[in-house]
Amino acid sequence: MTPSRLLVLSFLLFSVGMYGVLARRHLVGLLLSLELMFNAGNLAAVAVAWSYGRGTGVLLALFGIAVTVAEVALGLALFLLADRVRRTTVPDDLSLLRR
Amino acid sequence: MSDLAFWVGATLLVACALAVVTAKSLYRAAYALSGALLLTAAFYASLGSALLATVQVLLYTGGVLTLVVYALVVSRGTTTAGPPRKPFAAAATAALVFGALASFGRSVPPARLGSEPMGGRELGLLLFQRYLVPFELLSLLLLAALVGALMVARLERAR
Repeated sequence: MTPSRLLVLSFLLFSVGMYGVLARRHLVGLLLSLELMFNAGNLAAVAVAWSYGRGTGVLLALFGIAVTVAEVALGLALFLLADRVRRTTVPDDLSLLRR
Repeated sequence: MSDLAFWVGATLLVACALAVVTAKSLYRAAYALSGALLLTAAFYASLGSALLATVQVLLYTGGVLTLVVYALVVSRGTTTAGPPRKPFAAAATAALVFGALASFGRSVPPARLGSEPMGGRELGLLLFQRYLVPFELLSLLLLAALVGALMVARLERAR
């Protein structure tokens, strides 16, 4: 296993997540795809940290995980709000500001 | 980690990722995401970072899966994803981004193992000496996110 292989794997995961963000129509599906992209970023940070033999990249991933969990909590709160107040789970319907 | 283990892990990881973005039922997508996160934790452990693997399993996989499933259970709307929006354009964009990223990924030097251990003790020293200010800022961010999530979720009742 080499760092560049790990990096390419993380790029692949990032792209798959990006496809999900672009193609998913449900808010939770969107959020799950975003998680996939975050996870790919963490994996890339750890791979580079391993390749240079430094602990800093691991700390970056640690911070990244904490930020992501906060983001999930907020995102799901927004999802529940959209579900209850606007009665929709599709981001396309949330176009109040466009009208 | 041997080559075989890497390829098996990588294949499973990509399969889980594809399931996350294509599964019809969002519960299945959430479980597939937890599988992807657990496999990533296995990669972290094989890179010598047991602490990060533990955090990944406990906080990320456990926390995210619980939150997502809970939100799906209490939501009134549908929990099945509709048909994808412009799948070919989305796939083409993702492939383009992957190509651009992969062209950068070749210039990484090979691993120098053992130059600086990444165990719990070393990470703790880094975290509480050199990166103390980011750590405290992060706790502030977590608190703000928690209060913000509570406020947003309570908005309906407040009206």
